[in-house]
Amino acid sequence: MNREHLPTLHVGCAAGFSGDRTDAASPVVDALIAAGGPAVLIFETLAERTLALAQLARRADPDAGYEPLLDELLRPVLARCLQHEVRIVSNFGAANPAGAARRIAALAQELGLRAPRIAVIEGDDLMGEAHRALLADALGSQAQGLKIVSANAYLGAEAIADALLAGAEIVVAGRVADPSLTVGPALAHFGWARDDWDRLARATMAGHLLECGAQVTGGYYADPGYKDVPGMAQLGYPIAEIDADGRCVVTKPAGTGGRIDEHTVKEQLLYELHDPAAYLTPDVVADITEAQVAQLGADRVRLSGVRGHARPATLKVNVCHETGWLAEGEISYAGPRAEARARLAAEVLRERLKGLGPMRADLIGVSSVFADDAGDWPASHADTGARDVRLRVALHHADPKQAERLAREVTALYTCGPAGGGGVRTALRRRLGTVSCTVPRDSVHGRYFFLA
Amino acid sequence: MPTTLTVPLYRAAHARTGDKGNRSNISLIAWHPRLWELLVEQVTEVVVARQFAHRRPSRVVRHLLPQLHAMNFVLDDVLDGGVNDALNLDSHGKALSFLLLDLSLEVPAELGDCLVGPSASPST
Repeated sequence: MNREHLPTLHVGCAAGFSGDRTDAASPVVDALIAAGGPAVLIFETLAERTLALAQLARRADPDAGYEPLLDELLRPVLARCLQHEVRIVSNFGAANPAGAARRIAALAQELGLRAPRIAVIEGDDLMGEAHRALLADALGSQAQGLKIVSANAYLGAEAIADALLAGAEIVVAGRVADPSLTVGPALAHFGWARDDWDRLARATMAGHLLECGAQVTGGYYADPGYKDVPGMAQLGYPIAEIDADGRCVVTKPAGTGGRIDEHTVKEQLLYELHDPAAYLTPDVVADITEAQVAQLGADRVRLSGVRGHARPATLKVNVCHETGWLAEGEISYAGPRAEARARLAAEVLRERLKGLGPMRADLIGVSSVFADDAGDWPASHADTGARDVRLRVALHHADPKQAERLAREVTALYTCGPAGGGGVRTALRRRLGTVSCTVPRDSVHGRYFFLA
Repeated sequence: MPTTLTVPLYRAAHARTGDKGNRSNISLIAWHPRLWELLVEQVTEVVVARQFAHRRPSRVVRHLLPQLHAMNFVLDDVLDGGVNDALNLDSHGKALSFLLLDLSLEVPAELGDCLVGPSASPST
């Protein structure tokens, strides 16, 4: 089929994770409308652990479990998107895509808009009775002793594409592969075959460039004197212009901060990749070993040379389980012998908390994030004479009451510890681990339905 | 006139870290195509494994992407279990890109103009 007549598809991304800025969408939507052609706005707000936390939220409240900042993300742009036929595709459904869809419908009503056609993607959740045997089989011995909170398969682009082809203006998903948020719209718009591996791979890498929001437009990039980024407080979020062959040019809205050049694009291209010959998604296996990146003009970069191979026969499943509690405590020392006092406090805490399991101690400002959990940096390094040091201690325990003892001991340093200690902060939070497994592709049924 | 400059890697390349489970990937991207060959020669799996020795990686693999003048290092088991299990403040290991960039590099003087940042100090 000759598709060369089909106009370029513009896909903008307004969020790269749950916790991202919530004011990025407006300039992106303005740019999509100004460009005038078929356009889609995506929000990626579902990291691995985010979904498990959303499942816990849903257990506590059946109406909850979707992205908490859904309103803030959509309110500024919903009217314009509906008015100008900018489709919205997102995984902000998290553990409750139907609940998110209902909230969006209510939001539209609040804003005095006509009811949008909202499709919900389901099939990723494998916690039900119907999948019990499948999951047990997939986990095998890994399942031993696990207190499972959630199990979700990574769905691909097909159900999203089907929903758009059926007329959805807004598609709300739970767990899908991040690039599929872009591949779905591309599939629907260009009508590619579901086994057109090269085109799917190209659209996948376009989606990969978009999926972390500002990480491709100068975000998470600046390094003063070496990598300078203008306007970091008003970073423009990215837009991919995708052609009928899946090739893309990445750009950002005019008048926004940030930068797009070969270097910002390369950093995002390789982000979270392992073997560049085999980037596995539910839709395709992408190969970027021959990929090239070329600057076409100010803040316009083209990606080419991406190839694709047949998609995997299995789907990845993330299983989240309860692993216990993380306790942290911090206290600051400053001035002469600050480091010596911090080191002494660490020794006191080790003795007080003996028997609770491994305790990690960091001297923030001297040695912290590069060190590993098992190492004892102070034991193998002489006092550096630092005059502003924050001692941080942390441990993990299955029992929150035991974990909490760390917090209490750090607090007690106010009267029992070395001189001049101040600024105690403590935290105790539940930990969720993830285990991955795979299931045969045809044992999972990703599908859409329209909200009534 | 010195024939070789000793410079930190961050003058020749930039990097970003990603994580998945207990595995860290660190990209390394040359600032200039002419620096590519010496990066390939000098920033090897063995050199990187040594730089990260205190994190005890079980494996370090380097993938080369010559068309991009970039390489991708994959370090297994360096994250104390990963984001959900480690006691590290930075349990993703996001700061580790700068541990890589702190490596020392020997750069022929004629490539000095490809380097980024303030002037290099020449080796004797």
